[in-house]
Amino acid sequence: MRALKAAFFVLALLPGLLLLLRGSGLVSPGLGANPVELIQDTLGLWGLRLLLLTLCLSPLAWLLRRPWPVALRRMAGLFAFAYILLHFLVWALLDQALDWPAITEDIVERPFITIGVAAMLMLVPLAVTSTRGWQRRLGARRWLQLHRLVYPAAILGVWHYFWQVKADIREPLFYAVLLAALLLARLYHRRQARL
Amino acid sequence: MPVNTKNRILPSEITPPEVYFNRRLFMQAGLVAGAGLALPAAADAIPAAHRRLGELRPSPFSTDEAPNTFEEISTYNNFYEFGTGKSDPVRLSHRFNPRPWSVRVDGECDKGGDITLEDLLAPHPLEERIYRLRCVEAWSMVVPWVGFPLGDLLKRFEPNSRAKYVAFETVYRPEEMPGQRARIIDWPYVEGLRMDEAMHPLTILAVGIYGVELPNQNGAPLRLVVPWKYGFKSIKSIVRISFVEEEPPTSWSLSAPREYGFYANVNPEVDHPRWSQARERRIGAGFFAGRQPTLMFNGYAEDVASLYAGMDLQRQF
Ligand code: HEM
Repeated sequence: MRALKAAFFVLALLPGLLLLLRGSGLVSPGLGANPVELIQDTLGLWGLRLLLLTLCLSPLAWLLRRPWPVALRRMAGLFAFAYILLHFLVWALLDQALDWPAITEDIVERPFITIGVAAMLMLVPLAVTSTRGWQRRLGARRWLQLHRLVYPAAILGVWHYFWQVKADIREPLFYAVLLAALLLARLYHRRQARL
Repeated sequence: MPVNTKNRILPSEITPPEVYFNRRLFMQAGLVAGAGLALPAAADAIPAAHRRLGELRPSPFSTDEAPNTFEEISTYNNFYEFGTGKSDPVRLSHRFNPRPWSVRVDGECDKGGDITLEDLLAPHPLEERIYRLRCVEAWSMVVPWVGFPLGDLLKRFEPNSRAKYVAFETVYRPEEMPGQRARIIDWPYVEGLRMDEAMHPLTILAVGIYGVELPNQNGAPLRLVVPWKYGFKSIKSIVRISFVEEEPPTSWSLSAPREYGFYANVNPEVDHPRWSQARERRIGAGFFAGRQPTLMFNGYAEDVASLYAGMDLQRQF
């Protein structure tokens, strides 16, 4: 389990590391003519992928009847949050250059950004309470209830992606279908558990 | 028509040709920066394979803003025929062969027909036009195009009085253009201009950038450039020009009519439904440059605003 976690840690770090290496010129190709966009898009995309991966882990554990996928859940979720937070920070610091009127205007007036921010804010309490200490403090029931926020966050995240894409919807469509399948799997599983 | 006629120098004049057209793939940017004041490091890395286009006339329409580098202009492209990623066109356009080329001219004109690229270009002296390019995605560049006024060409075909619009069509070659194998939009790509827009002296057909033939990914061998409109109006790899009476369909307004109109004039006050058009990111400005304000008609208002007098630009976007 330790080796598995270590391996996953390294893998989840790679997309970010690759950006650093490309940016420093150590790895080719570099970040291209519009590095800010490339960095922001890469971070958003990996944030979303890791978030959906996090949601895959429990169904995977039921399917395989093995506990190891669940052991990766917290780390996957935290990595997803880290990438999304960086995605947001790159947007605010580099893309908008901390132009506060522009930032607030975009958050209020651009629905795709509004739902991105909402999704990110939903993930904040989950990241904060991801520790054992918080699990104990909240109690299993309340902790689980709180962490159901991950579903609306994921729905908004996919929607956010769908909304800003131009014409080529193949990738966001794939994530939307995957997310729908994951939600159905959850419902089915709960039903089964109740029967 | 007020035109800014400050005498301007061609980048190809201030930079010695052996520097401007370096045989080596990557040259020392510093050398160019030292040689050309209006052209800091811009003429770097023009691969030798790009054929040079003879003598170029300077144009009073050129901006004196510093052009983007050849590399920026030729590696960051929206050309969905080769893929939707910005680096797809440069990576996936090597199989595209723009020679031989001919253009079909038809519709409301007396002298239509098929015309070879050579015959099409022959009478027109080439000019260098350094224009701002504003993409609808809120980024911008400065590009030293090589071309000639579209109006000069259109007159040769003797359009008749029913010719109210000009429609353009991009080549359809899915075997050479991998992006066309997916139905992202309805191929072939089509665009159009109102006749007065097409005849405007700012509107050009381009055959090159930086004094060399257009790279495939920039719309070889022949493309439109309308600098006061969003980039998608400037249709690439043109194979057909039709004079028509009714407003012709255009690819992006067919694909998303709420988001893209026929006119697509750069306008900081009319936002894209999903993002602001008030500011733009200048490619190459650097990590911390942020965004700069977008200008009405992309800064060409003095020259073109009169074309739209009396129109409601909020509705006819
Ligand atoms: C759960 C939260 C979020 C997820 C999963 C997410 C994911 C994504 C993804 C996948 C993309 C598309 C990248 C691409 O085109 O390849 C994207 C784009 C974008 N995101 Fe987010 N995002 C989130 C939150 C936010 C927040 C909080 C903001 C800013 C306030 C934001 C701003 C943007 C912008 C401006 C783009 C468009 C970038 C461009 O035009 O190139 N996102 N996001």
